[in-house]
Amino acid sequence: MKSSYRPGRRGRGRVLAAWLAAVPLALAACGQAGTAETSAAGNAPRAGGTLTFGLSTDPISINPRGAGAGNDALYVSRQLVDSLTEQDPATGKLIPWLATKWEASDDARTFTFTLRDGVTFSDGSPLTAQSVKDNFDDIVRAGAKAPSSIIYFTGYKATEVVDKLTVKIEFTTPNAAFLQASSTAALGLLGPSTLARPVEERDVANVVGTGPFTLDHYTKNSEVVLKRRKGYGWAPADREHQGDAYLDSVVFKVIPEAGVRTGALQSGQIAAIGSVPPQNVQVLRSSGYTLVVRPNPGNVFSLTANESRPLLKDVRVRQALAKAINAQEVRDTVLTPDFAVATSILARTTPDWTDLSGALTFDVEAAKKLLDEAGWTPGADGVREKDGEKLSLVTTWLSNFGPNQSALELIQQQLSKIGVKLELQTYTVPELLQVYAKGTFDLAWGNLSRADGDVLRTNYSTAGNNYYRIDDAGLEDALRGQQSTADGAERAGHIQRAQKLIVEKAHSIPVFELTTILALSSKTHGITLGADSRLQQLNDAWVS
Amino acid sequence: MPARYVARRVVQALFVLWAAFTVSFVILYMLPGDPVSVLAGSDSGRDITPEQLDALRHEYGLDRPVIIQYLTRLADVVHGEFGRSVQSHQPVQTMIADALPATAQIAGLGLLLAVLFGTGLALAATYVSWGWLRQALLSLPPLGVAIPSFWFGLLLLQVFSFRLGLFPAVGNEGLAGVVLPAVTLALPSAATIAQLLAKSMSTTLREPYIETARAKGAGRPRIHFRHAVRNAALPALTVAGLVVGNLLAGSVVTETVFSRTGLGRLTALAVGTQDIPVVQGLVVFAALVFVLINLAVDLVYPLLDPRIARRSAAVS
Repeated sequence: MKSSYRPGRRGRGRVLAAWLAAVPLALAACGQAGTAETSAAGNAPRAGGTLTFGLSTDPISINPRGAGAGNDALYVSRQLVDSLTEQDPATGKLIPWLATKWEASDDARTFTFTLRDGVTFSDGSPLTAQSVKDNFDDIVRAGAKAPSSIIYFTGYKATEVVDKLTVKIEFTTPNAAFLQASSTAALGLLGPSTLARPVEERDVANVVGTGPFTLDHYTKNSEVVLKRRKGYGWAPADREHQGDAYLDSVVFKVIPEAGVRTGALQSGQIAAIGSVPPQNVQVLRSSGYTLVVRPNPGNVFSLTANESRPLLKDVRVRQALAKAINAQEVRDTVLTPDFAVATSILARTTPDWTDLSGALTFDVEAAKKLLDEAGWTPGADGVREKDGEKLSLVTTWLSNFGPNQSALELIQQQLSKIGVKLELQTYTVPELLQVYAKGTFDLAWGNLSRADGDVLRTNYSTAGNNYYRIDDAGLEDALRGQQSTADGAERAGHIQRAQKLIVEKAHSIPVFELTTILALSSKTHGITLGADSRLQQLNDAWVS
Repeated sequence: MPARYVARRVVQALFVLWAAFTVSFVILYMLPGDPVSVLAGSDSGRDITPEQLDALRHEYGLDRPVIIQYLTRLADVVHGEFGRSVQSHQPVQTMIADALPATAQIAGLGLLLAVLFGTGLALAATYVSWGWLRQALLSLPPLGVAIPSFWFGLLLLQVFSFRLGLFPAVGNEGLAGVVLPAVTLALPSAATIAQLLAKSMSTTLREPYIETARAKGAGRPRIHFRHAVRNAALPALTVAGLVVGNLLAGSVVTETVFSRTGLGRLTALAVGTQDIPVVQGLVVFAALVFVLINLAVDLVYPLLDPRIARRSAAVS
């Protein structure tokens, strides 16, 4: 993934060259996504030692069911729990983990898992079909108190214990994405000693799973310390190392300031850091640190139209915006070459992603023509008008990703060249939810991570929260279609059709892929990112 | 000390606590959304149904009329019950008690440093005879107030941790980890104390009783460090509450920069996630600290300056 190209605006020739360079870059990244840039220098892994990892936020809750702080909470809880299946980051396919095989009914309402024999929780109790039932019933009982997990249980009917190692989960409505959900940490299995406690007592302690590490202690806003689980013997096949983890212990340190994380890594005080800000990537790379880079699967950062507002009802106006946004320039100016320009509404690490870069070309003249056709004529101040109304669009955004503001300010400049004005408005999460509910916005900037195409249903289906009020029967049909079939090829067809419709009708305008970047010291090895682009279980990690 | 003087101060303190609670309640409830909607706003929460969210609102009592919520919470708080965090479900008292020692360490050392440096600078600046040096010293406090703690903390880290490796950049362990945060925290308070004391010293040194002392043959050091300081320190003592308040407020930035646990980080996180019970617990706690210090100052003041007790007695 090394590239001699440096970001910055250097004229058209440079941009074109970069664009050409980016194509093999993207392809190469597809093949080896999630692997570190430099190998472990031929040394044999060494058992023992402590890994100190710098997190960007306090996890808040290390219960994999809880909302916690999102990524950083999952970095920790993933180490404690295993899941029924594993999504192989190299292929996006599900492979056996705690379940050796599984089967979905044709209507995607019933899922049967056969469990691996001999697995135990760290409290000593064995993993059985009853454990799975207890876990899933517990999630449904907890409802919104298990926010990360309850979302996969829409239409849950029951879990049936078929025999000691066979369990059947039934839904009243189709839920094809449940299979992928079974690989997430959110559905990682918790031991009976955890389930015996009220949900309220599982956030900072008492999280017991079958994972390769166990919880030693969690001090809020400071650190989480994990110890190696002895006798671990059920790592999935995508890990190089089976059996007990190499590391004696893992210390996650909460270091909120990005500059301090980088400084602590550079001064040798910690061994690895997450959430490396784009502006620090080049300096770390050039001074010999290993960067672990993987695009986040799911909905890329995109601008989504609120189609209940008159301005963006007209597909020509939306398409004009798509053509006038120079995503390449955004990437080159505010990000690093590690971030890829979007090639679809889904990131290329999402299963069933399809390459639509041909439909995402930058063409200012075509954009102007579309606006002319739609009846928007340039006004005296450069902003287009129609029937006395200005083509001025209220655009909402959250500061959940550092470069958002600069990216949007650049897009604002780009769109001003075709006579479209963006009014940028940033909100806190609760404020934004109210704006979405009221529909008082034209464009919404954001992304949504999930390693399954079902993320499109969450974002764009009119049956869901329906933030964007999209009126497209074909799209809705594709979104429900993918939910209703267990046939992989048929499902992929629906998800690809949905991507095409979203991009071609410019319901949402993809710009770039959110990308997770970790940095490791030269003495830290074997750290990878999982299919969800979050920290993988640290079975393979070791320190020299 | 007259009992009525003490009683009045205590009643005033209770009023401040009630006002802090009420104002924080009103502000938090005027914000759009509620703690439960924050859950729905997370990446993974987009698919949570409105019914599931409403069930949680009901459990937390957020669906009841605001006045009922206010009175219930007020009654709970009077009984020392602040509820549980919406995010991590821990009792608020436990969270504050866990975070307090870490903040107390840096605030305690910070206060000590602030008093030492602030007093030292003020006395030195008013003592030196060279005008240019006096001007130079007196220009330090405004500079100290103007330097952003955030920037100053990062600077200290850069030099003493990343470059020289003398102190750890991250964490709460040991005495070494307390030094840089305490220095960062002390800077604005030291500057405030220095400014105030220097001003009050120069006023005091022009008082007639200083002339009397000088006429009686007292030397300059004796006049400066015995006669003048005693009187000049009184106004500086009045702002003790303010200084401690500043230390608590400064802990938000300082603890973030130095990756420490503590009340400041707890506040930042709770505000960010709209964790109402935690924010309210912290506001009331901060008000309590503020009130206790002011109460202590009010009660000590008459002992230091008999004129105040006499005046107070005359009025009541």
